[in-house]
Amino acid sequence: MFDAATDPVLIGEGMTGGYGAADILHNCTISVNRGEIAVIVGPNGAGKSTAMKAVFGMLNLRQGHVRLMGEDITALSPQARVSKGMGFVPQTHNIFPTMTVEENLEMGAFIREGDFRETLEQVYDLFPILRQKRRQAAGELSGGQRQQVAVGRALMTKPAVLMLDEPTAGVSPIVMDELFDRIIEIARTGVSILMVEQNARQALDIAHKGFVLVQGANRFTDTGQALLADPEVRRSFLGG
Amino acid sequence: MDFLNALVLLANFVLIPAISYGSQLALGALGITLIFAILRFSHFAHGDVMAFGTAGVILTTWALQAAGVSLGPLPTALLALPVGIVASAAILLAADRSVYRFYRKVKAKPIVVVMASLGVMFVVNGLVRFVIGPNDQNFADGARFLFTVREFRDATGLAEGMGIRISQVITVVVTAIVVAALFWFLNRTRTGKSMRAFSDNEDLALLSGINPERVVTVTWLIVAVLVTMAGTLYGLDKSFKAFTYFQLLLPMFAAAILGGMGNPVGAVVGAFVIALSEVGVTYAFRKFLEYLLPDGMAPEGLVQLLSTDYKFAVSFVLLVVVLLVRPTGLFKGQTQ
Repeated sequence: MFDAATDPVLIGEGMTGGYGAADILHNCTISVNRGEIAVIVGPNGAGKSTAMKAVFGMLNLRQGHVRLMGEDITALSPQARVSKGMGFVPQTHNIFPTMTVEENLEMGAFIREGDFRETLEQVYDLFPILRQKRRQAAGELSGGQRQQVAVGRALMTKPAVLMLDEPTAGVSPIVMDELFDRIIEIARTGVSILMVEQNARQALDIAHKGFVLVQGANRFTDTGQALLADPEVRRSFLGG
Repeated sequence: MDFLNALVLLANFVLIPAISYGSQLALGALGITLIFAILRFSHFAHGDVMAFGTAGVILTTWALQAAGVSLGPLPTALLALPVGIVASAAILLAADRSVYRFYRKVKAKPIVVVMASLGVMFVVNGLVRFVIGPNDQNFADGARFLFTVREFRDATGLAEGMGIRISQVITVVVTAIVVAALFWFLNRTRTGKSMRAFSDNEDLALLSGINPERVVTVTWLIVAVLVTMAGTLYGLDKSFKAFTYFQLLLPMFAAAILGGMGNPVGAVVGAFVIALSEVGVTYAFRKFLEYLLPDGMAPEGLVQLLSTDYKFAVSFVLLVVVLLVRPTGLFKGQTQ
């Protein structure tokens, strides 16, 4: 049935739905393969974050379905999806501010049975600054460091897919590059990455696959490099 | 010598009573602050649940006394504590299941839940009077004093003396143990950390797989322990009267708000500030000043800032000042 080599690890297929009566997504499809980075870009109000929330179960779908490793998870709650292997980093309020860095990571591993020291070490190896600040309250860290805590927390469940909602919002360009480097590193360990990004050019640059959404529907879908090279995409969405 | 006498006088009439009263307030304020941190509303039924749990302890104490059970110099009430804790846990969980859970489900505004807790307060209020009556009840037994004023005077040869009651020693020791255990629980155990996580960021806690109903239940159980301890210690130190326990709501809330709502360290510090101010402001300092000032400069009046009848005004004034000057409290609490 499910072939890990060719089939997407996670796919939201033909998703139609919204928060209330009006639909925001219209037959929208988002997918990511194993160990790859998929990026959702598009103009403001295109439904980028909504599409990601739909995949994560934070939105009622009227049509379409979501499959994780071949299994239909459309009816599952976000919490249940976390146990199935999805990690989600919200755009804001994504840490426990009064708890220490290490406690934040421990809470990420809350649903795991048994020892998680090894994963904790992996997160510290990925983000060495967190090891240094592990006894400090996460709320006292800089914006970029908080994002590292947030990503680290989501990694503690050893997810198959890591979903990031605008991870570089509000951080400096240097920190953004650094964060993207870490994200590439995470993908190399076999974790699929699905992220929504405002910085479309930089994000597509590291993406295996890009989804350009306009008004809740797929406009262009291709590899990141192909989208960057496409004159129409450049003119309409990347500012020339 | 005069200086020592002044110090002993102050200790006997202000410091020792304030420390034991502060300990009792601290246990109550910790409960209020925990409920605020986790369930995000001000629990107005706190004083009456305290009376309910204490009533459970008192009835059990009487039964034990009738059966001839005794702890020797220690009050029998300590043996009866578990029964009182179970009683207050039962009523808190019953209120949660029948009232508060509904408002959680519909995501009601905090003020709505506060009003609901006011209703619960009236119910428990009546229940307590139904069970044990509106009158003063005395249930303290065992030895009364660790040492008396006279013993202290004879031993030291000072003109002034101070006495320490067993109930005051028990209050301070029990409070120290309970507070230490609570902080250990919140900072070191998985369940305690999940409670702090839930308090910090509810949505992220849900995403992390923390079960909110479990967190809420554990919170009520801890609150049951805290209020029953606070009520029993207060009753042993002074006496039990349902109305007095209801009145304790004000200083307990003042302590929690002064320290910063939702901050356990703040609740403890706030409780001692409130207790010291309340006792200090209503104490007549004339004799104290007579010892310290040179002859002839002693004041003529009592140097009592406020009659003891107005002691609740102290909590009120401190509460208003904190809310005006520093609404988040001494320690950074949540503001919602």
